[in-house]
Amino acid sequence: MSAHTQAHGQGHDHDHGHERHYVKIWAILLVLLVISVIGPFIGERFHMPVITLITAFGIAAVKAWMVAKHFMHIDVELPIIRWIMVTGVALMVLLYGALAPDIQHERGQRWEKDAGWHNSIRHNPKAHGEHGGAADHGGASHGGETPSGAGH
Amino acid sequence: MSTKTIATQRASMNMPTGRLAVWWVLMSEVVIFGGVLVSYLLHRLSHAEWAAQAAHTNTWAGAFNTLVLLTSSLCAVLAHAAASKGNGPKAARLLWLTILGGFIFLVVKTFEWSHEIHLGFTLQSGGFWSYYYTAAGLHAFHVIAGMCIMAWVAASAAKNQDLHRVENIGIYWHFVDLVWIFLFPLLYIAK
Repeated sequence: MSAHTQAHGQGHDHDHGHERHYVKIWAILLVLLVISVIGPFIGERFHMPVITLITAFGIAAVKAWMVAKHFMHIDVELPIIRWIMVTGVALMVLLYGALAPDIQHERGQRWEKDAGWHNSIRHNPKAHGEHGGAADHGGASHGGETPSGAGH
Repeated sequence: MSTKTIATQRASMNMPTGRLAVWWVLMSEVVIFGGVLVSYLLHRLSHAEWAAQAAHTNTWAGAFNTLVLLTSSLCAVLAHAAASKGNGPKAARLLWLTILGGFIFLVVKTFEWSHEIHLGFTLQSGGFWSYYYTAAGLHAFHVIAGMCIMAWVAASAAKNQDLHRVENIGIYWHFVDLVWIFLFPLLYIAK
């Protein structure tokens, strides 16, 4: 029998104890919900975004952990289950890290955002001369520097 | 002190196969929802003007739906506790209450979306609204799927059959609740 099953089958006294425990966790989650709604109002009123950050997102993380631990019982699952879920979250973080430089920066080595938020190839006078861009010289002969990105 | 196993005899990696499968599904769900949420975060942090669009979402409706989902999660875990004791009919009743929570959630969402669409905020109204409808719609789809599966599990649990499934659908439902816990501040509070 797994530790998980044992955690839920320890006899009637324990079962009633479990039910009370679940109701207690639910009540705590509701209190956290109220704080997460009121906190941002206070943060906005006093112009303190840190309060919004902590009460909205910090408490969301706490609520998520409480649901995972007490309702999903992830803490008594096999370690492989925790690793499976950590892998999913790690992929999220990897995705953010991989895309953030392109999306959140205004310019990179050979590109910059135009007013319409498109990534345009940055004009390089040394490579194309003073009066010509990639479009003037024919994009195909310049590899990746085609005019496709510049005209948006 | 008695112990009672409610899982099937089949087991992989020293745990019931069904429960292992649910966790694998949830891992793929983390990647699906994670992709949407990460993409939203990346763009939201780069578009300060989205705050003006987010200001039109109804915080109280979102908060009420959070309350509903947290309560339905309580019903789901109590159903699991009842199934652990071999009380299928009680587990079934609690699963139906969980389904009722999902139904209330969807009704609130329907009124909320109807109002927003009536005001002219549609999927094509801007970047924020695209993410808003996509993320919340994907989540609502998972709520509907969970309700359908839960109704099927409740029907068999009422006859004291396949009680291990009560736990499996409960784990899925808690995950749906967990996703909403993050969607709520991202879509309704950060303005």
